[in-house]
Amino acid sequence: MRRSLFTTPRIAASDITPPERYLSRRALLAGGVGLAAAHTLGAGMQSAFAETGDALAALRNEAFSVTERPTSFEDVSSYNNFYEFGTGKNDPARYAVKLRTRPWSVTVSGAAEITGTYTLEDMLKPHPLEERVYRLRCVEAWSMVIPWIGFPLGDLLKRFKPTSKAKYVIFKTLKDMGQMRGQREPVLDWPYTEGLRMDEAMHPLALLAVGMYGRVLPNQDGAPLRLVVPWKYGFKSIKSIVSIQFADRAPRTAWAIAAPEEYGFYANVNPAVDHPRWSQASERRIGDGLFAQRHPTLPFNGYASDVASLYSGMDLRRNF
Amino acid sequence: MTASAFRIGRFTLGADPVAALLHGCGHWALNFLIITLCMTPLRDLSGSTLPLRLRRMFGLFVLFYAVLHLLVYLILDQDGKLGVLWQDIIKRPYITIGMLALLLLVPLAATSTRWAQRRLGRRWVRLHRLVYLIAVLGVCHYWWQVKKDVTEPRQYAIALALLLGYRLWKQRRGLIRFSAAPFARLRAALLAGFRSWPSQCKDR
Repeated sequence: MRRSLFTTPRIAASDITPPERYLSRRALLAGGVGLAAAHTLGAGMQSAFAETGDALAALRNEAFSVTERPTSFEDVSSYNNFYEFGTGKNDPARYAVKLRTRPWSVTVSGAAEITGTYTLEDMLKPHPLEERVYRLRCVEAWSMVIPWIGFPLGDLLKRFKPTSKAKYVIFKTLKDMGQMRGQREPVLDWPYTEGLRMDEAMHPLALLAVGMYGRVLPNQDGAPLRLVVPWKYGFKSIKSIVSIQFADRAPRTAWAIAAPEEYGFYANVNPAVDHPRWSQASERRIGDGLFAQRHPTLPFNGYASDVASLYSGMDLRRNF
Repeated sequence: MTASAFRIGRFTLGADPVAALLHGCGHWALNFLIITLCMTPLRDLSGSTLPLRLRRMFGLFVLFYAVLHLLVYLILDQDGKLGVLWQDIIKRPYITIGMLALLLLVPLAATSTRWAQRRLGRRWVRLHRLVYLIAVLGVCHYWWQVKKDVTEPRQYAIALALLLGYRLWKQRRGLIRFSAAPFARLRAALLAGFRSWPSQCKDR
């Protein structure tokens, strides 16, 4: 049975920011930025529906942000692994202009009380946006620091009332070789599929992003809706999502299908477990330049105190 | 910001300049290796000795770019940590064979002079057949480190297979050389060679 989710926006009292906190946040903001942010909060994310590259303001959630200097927008939007547009790092920036992100819809299916296909607007409407500065660690041993704009994945998943059978969430990227020229080659098993265990997906650090650097996501960075799981290697953070499915079993994910001995389902950032062909002990930070030292890679990409408990008792060497 | 720091006109090393230099040097070492191996067939096709006179220079370019490739890896990518390089050599087969290929280039470069050629005589020819092994190791080194898309290493492998196959075929035919110099065939060979030429950097 399908219930209408979106006719009446239901907001739990606990979800409403207490005015004193709201005001204290606003007090931190300077001039125009404050106005833009207030507008975002008040206007129900109108700007999230804007086109790629448009301004998109959101308050920074300092508690969920690192203090490291963000990588330049130019680098983050020109150096991408998004094989749907080609395997070269510059291919996505060159070819993702063909991706049409409006209109966009997302299908929710599987072990949940509420399922169906929803427009992007319906998906985003109830969620206030916030900015979070996260580290991103690619499995290829480079890293970035990115100010994402989005909302917690768990908040969205809860709206669909997953049943007790829902042990995993499976995400899929659009499959359309007309728009995604990289899909003409069988480099990966299209559509790109990723997944999280339910407790990972409900973790407050797991973010659904619609923007970065105060703008709507560029297509090459996964517009219009992408996952950001900062304690896992970048390939877990699936881009341009069209399907969310609740399942009782772990999916076979794109990179685990392509090279099971090299990429696992968990893919937690772990300096102690090397990729078979290179060390994961350190990383090169994009933007540091030609002569910079490598950074030591941190367990769970520096988020160990938040997420390590999710994996207590697990052999992380086997569950890489 | 970073990209512009390494910009010369329209040329830029992009967001990851270390990877760009690393892959660039590796590609050019392989490119010159293939070019070097083209010289004998070119001589056979054209009848001119020019290709053989250029061969030494191209061969030395292979070593030049291979050494740069190693230095970029050691100094820029791995912060000059020899211990890390050593661990890579003993733990990671693709680095082991890459390093082996580089080491094998050294005796070839050392004996590339006219004097050494005269001195070694027949043995020189035998020694320099090592280039075939080096080429196979070099292409394997590339193929093995690519994450998924093997389009480019495959192009090198095909070029190498053709060049080695040509030599086997020639051996079978009893070292018969083409008598004439058919210009059209030469041009076709050149064009085919360039068409299969990979140039972009991909993957790690």
